[in-house]
Amino acid sequence: MPTMFKKRHVLSMREFSREEIDSVLDLASSLETFARGKKSDMLAGKILALLFFEPSTRTRMSFETAMKRLGGGVINLGPAEGSSISKGESLADTVRVIGGYADALVIRHPKEGSARLASEFSPVPVLNAGDGAGHHPTQTLLDLYTIKKESRLEDLSIALVGDLKYGRTVHSLAYALSLYGADITLVSPPSLRMPEPIKSDLSSKGTKVRETCDLNEVVNNVDVLYMTRIQRERFPDPVEYKKVASSYRLTPEFLANARNNLIVMHPLPRVDEITPAVDTTPHARYFQQSFYGVPVRMALLKMLIGGGA
Amino acid sequence: MSEAVSRDEPRELRVKPIKNGTVIDHIAGGQAFNVLKILGISGTTDATLSVVMNVESGKLGKKDIVKVEDRELKEEEVNRIALIAPAATINIIRDYKVIEKRHVDLPDEIVSVVRCQNPNCISNTSEPIKSRMLVKAKNPVLLRCIYCEQPLTDRLAEYLI
Repeated sequence: MPTMFKKRHVLSMREFSREEIDSVLDLASSLETFARGKKSDMLAGKILALLFFEPSTRTRMSFETAMKRLGGGVINLGPAEGSSISKGESLADTVRVIGGYADALVIRHPKEGSARLASEFSPVPVLNAGDGAGHHPTQTLLDLYTIKKESRLEDLSIALVGDLKYGRTVHSLAYALSLYGADITLVSPPSLRMPEPIKSDLSSKGTKVRETCDLNEVVNNVDVLYMTRIQRERFPDPVEYKKVASSYRLTPEFLANARNNLIVMHPLPRVDEITPAVDTTPHARYFQQSFYGVPVRMALLKMLIGGGA
Repeated sequence: MSEAVSRDEPRELRVKPIKNGTVIDHIAGGQAFNVLKILGISGTTDATLSVVMNVESGKLGKKDIVKVEDRELKEEEVNRIALIAPAATINIIRDYKVIEKRHVDLPDEIVSVVRCQNPNCISNTSEPIKSRMLVKAKNPVLLRCIYCEQPLTDRLAEYLI
């Protein structure tokens, strides 16, 4: 399979062309069988280092699963208290040292730009698994993979719902969808609207962007509902939070008149924004989406350290 | 108030012509000290300096002028001035004559001149890296931090290192 993918690191979706995204998604599709358990030794003898300076469940464990399912090994930074970090070692030194032990590094860190810093000092490829409020490109790639597998990337009509101001996943996803000419509706309370510079960036790429506060207004007219969590701490007034949170809570009744092929996605963890009753409707795809993190991360690892596609 | 004019009309001079060095003219009024900061010239310098501030200017209304004696500033040093004084002109003086006159032009990337305005950016920590800003637009100036990608457009002087 020819590949357009020539990257050394995976840091930000802004660095991906549509062709590069397509090559990752195509490879992920061919690796899905291994993600489901078929034995592979594609990455035998290779070691992936996980440097998580912040808690993570899905991202950390799906990277670990991806590496192990392809026959590779994983080393973990472990709790920061027990490591050199607590002795005041810089991130630059940490990645230089651990880069000497492994074939690639996955990093999650609370500071924005930390993954790019790591890429400047690491002797091996760096994958950004979330840098503060910055980027989380592997989440965006698995979102795109989910849309491609469970809906369609061409002529897509999608609603991004919830906290569009602070949510890094929706910023990256909106940017990537603009490469596919998607029709995007932004649904959020007024105080959590998508920042103006991101919206104008989308419009400048010719993407159709609409904004509304009313989820009811859009639910019947889209192919994908991408839900996100509205965090309580964003609202100084608890009464206001309750009001907003309840108006963005997805229930089966909400979906009664939706298109048959509508899919509901969520980066998880969910709290109240999708009721458990939605799980058994034909629309729910969020657990499938979470699983797709494995083949997508397999594809990236294979491209970066397994000799390409 | 270029050097050439100054030599013809010495009685109107606020500061006498310099023999050798660099004259930075057409700095926006009030920005002279920020220009010195960008050039790395601090209050403890032993260079012979003249600073004229808020004099009348046809082009700018009010302008500042900085004269640095016995030092010919290099192009990459002075181009960074364009961040806060895009209309500045640089005159290199030898033996009282202007031997070179040029305008400032921002480079594509500026290093260690302004810090990122994002307090949570990795470049604002004790990591062994320099602040690096990509110049995305020159007029008005739009910078983007190479680390966190946060833009920086106004109040640039507040973020000078």
